[in-house]
Amino acid sequence: MEPDGEKGADWGAKTGQAYLRIEGATKRFDDTLAVDDVSLAIAEREIFALLGSSGCGKSTLLRMLAGLEVPDAGRIVLDGEDLAAVPAHRRPTNMMFQSYALFPHMTVEANVAFGLWQERPRLTRAEVGARVAEMLELVQMQRYARRKPHELSGGQQQRVALARSLAKEPKLLLLDEPLAALDKKIRQRTQLELVNLIERVGVTCILVTHDQEEAMTMAGRIGVMSEGRLLQVGTPGEIYETPNCRFTAEFIGETNLFRGRVAGGALACGDFPAAIVLPPDAALAAGDEVWVSVRPERVTLSRAGAASSHAPGDANCNAASGEVADIAYLGSHSVYHVRLANGRVVIANVPSVHWGDAPSPTWGDAVRVAWFAPDGVVLTR
Amino acid sequence: MKPPRFVLARGRFWVGLLPWAWMLLFFALPFALIVKVSLSTPELAIPPYVPPFVMEPGAVLPQLRPDLASYRRLHDELLALGTSGADLQYLSAWGSSLLLAALTTLLCLLIGYPFAYHIARSREAARNTLLMLVMLPFWTSFLLRVYAWMVLLDSSELGLINRLLLAAGLVDAPLQLLYNSGAVLLGMVYSYLPFMVLPLYANLVKLDQRLLEAAADLGARPGTTFLRVTLPLSRRGIVAGSMLVFIPAVGEFVIPDLLGGGDVLMIGRKIWDDFGPNQDWPMAAAVAVTIVLVLIAPIVLLHRHGRTDGRSSGRNAEAGQ
Repeated sequence: MEPDGEKGADWGAKTGQAYLRIEGATKRFDDTLAVDDVSLAIAEREIFALLGSSGCGKSTLLRMLAGLEVPDAGRIVLDGEDLAAVPAHRRPTNMMFQSYALFPHMTVEANVAFGLWQERPRLTRAEVGARVAEMLELVQMQRYARRKPHELSGGQQQRVALARSLAKEPKLLLLDEPLAALDKKIRQRTQLELVNLIERVGVTCILVTHDQEEAMTMAGRIGVMSEGRLLQVGTPGEIYETPNCRFTAEFIGETNLFRGRVAGGALACGDFPAAIVLPPDAALAAGDEVWVSVRPERVTLSRAGAASSHAPGDANCNAASGEVADIAYLGSHSVYHVRLANGRVVIANVPSVHWGDAPSPTWGDAVRVAWFAPDGVVLTR
Repeated sequence: MKPPRFVLARGRFWVGLLPWAWMLLFFALPFALIVKVSLSTPELAIPPYVPPFVMEPGAVLPQLRPDLASYRRLHDELLALGTSGADLQYLSAWGSSLLLAALTTLLCLLIGYPFAYHIARSREAARNTLLMLVMLPFWTSFLLRVYAWMVLLDSSELGLINRLLLAAGLVDAPLQLLYNSGAVLLGMVYSYLPFMVLPLYANLVKLDQRLLEAAADLGARPGTTFLRVTLPLSRRGIVAGSMLVFIPAVGEFVIPDLLGGGDVLMIGRKIWDDFGPNQDWPMAAAVAVTIVLVLIAPIVLLHRHGRTDGRSSGRNAEAGQ
């Protein structure tokens, strides 16, 4: 399946400089299609994230790029060279493994030097030493050169693993869940450090993660994967604001999803009290089954009867009444779960400053939820 | 409900006591007895020695009169080493025992490593079956298996292998397959192989696959990956397996006796001769004591090795490049 004609889909191809091109990559394990006909073009120096839940095939795709899995079909072309027949140890790619896979019997220094010793023609001892020192300085681990991996903290191990995978100046750096082994505090700080470092080195990078925040923080473009398929490719903004399918809409952030059939420019929807007004540019035939995705921060909340920016009867506005079922106060905003008369719950994110000096609605209060029709995204699959 | 703390503590005490009591009863006491005999004087009596201490009438403590003649004999042989025509029967038995044990260990390692590696890399479901196949010979009596080798290696035209060779026209006359050091080595390797495979397997099965992938990713060819990653990381398994083979192989008595000829005189055989036909119990005991002392050395080494593991081998990535 080709990714839909998203703006991001052929970013590299459009500028005529697709550095890495994956064409129809497919991998089958026994009965399951781990990677199902994935095509992708990536530009030089791009940081690209493959995002999906565990078992979606993202790691298998990454391992194909490293040469650790052989695709059943498809081509992988890196910098003009077809990698299909090149075994892992001859590929100009290096991978940082999940939980790092540092050699436990070697010092930090020896770990970083390992790949350099494999270079042909051989490097001299002085060349290897200089490169190792340079790499350790890059990740600020010079002081730990003689330590063994088990004597390092998780964050330090991650830096050694990065130094090891950068030492050979790979054409393509592969990061498999680079920060999953770290705890949350260190992870957030490390994300930006890692991006800065990769950009400074100027290496093209593909990272695999199940953490959407990590993908959005680190990558310029994201490919969303599910069940072996690449569903959508785009910048973090495109993927969040204009998902092209239900999976992406629900996987990235929260959303309110309404299902119905198109009837006269609106959506006849079982679980919303009124017909949902569709965005004006949606080109749909009557009778189509579609979904409308509305992000919680696009939904406004007002007390029943109070004046609202969304006047009832506005032809461009969808609104319904209900009562507050749950509130999660998160500081900058609160997440309101509003139960409509028919039992359907609509989620609305309301900025804390929204209520001004007035008391915010509380459990059981009668409220009205509303959103502008153009803020909804129509999904056909 | 949790049992009260003192019950747990008491249970732990008794559980801990069992191995200590076992070692005392079945190792320390018998060994003390052997040491006692080794310091005795041979005598035509039953038992055939005079103990190294005498209870004088009226004395509180026994009087020690150790006879070091047996040890002196071994010591003299050691000093005479290199002198032509010297009688070195104990030393040469020691030498051939150590050599045979070392060869056995080396061959078991070379043959056992691929065994263990293959089993460890097999699918999880297949591993238990393969392990059972390795241990299958243990289901028949050890003696029976050694006798089976005698039938196979028989040096007349009735020997199974000789019959095959003759029938195939590869040889004109039956080969002398039995009663030589080759036959002993074969029997030893055959018998001790599982003791090498099992600890190696236990080690290799824990080897993190991703380390091998990381090595390949960093450009190491399969051979380099094996030498730089797999082999160093399986060192503990190699050491453990080698100990399990080497230590019993040094004192092995049955296999050389049944498959070996007069030319292979092993230290185990010497002990047998001295305890039996020669009726020189102190000499036999002294040799037994030296065996224990000599074999303690590699065990201590192994222990120290285990402790420093993880620190000492940092340079091996550079070393052999």
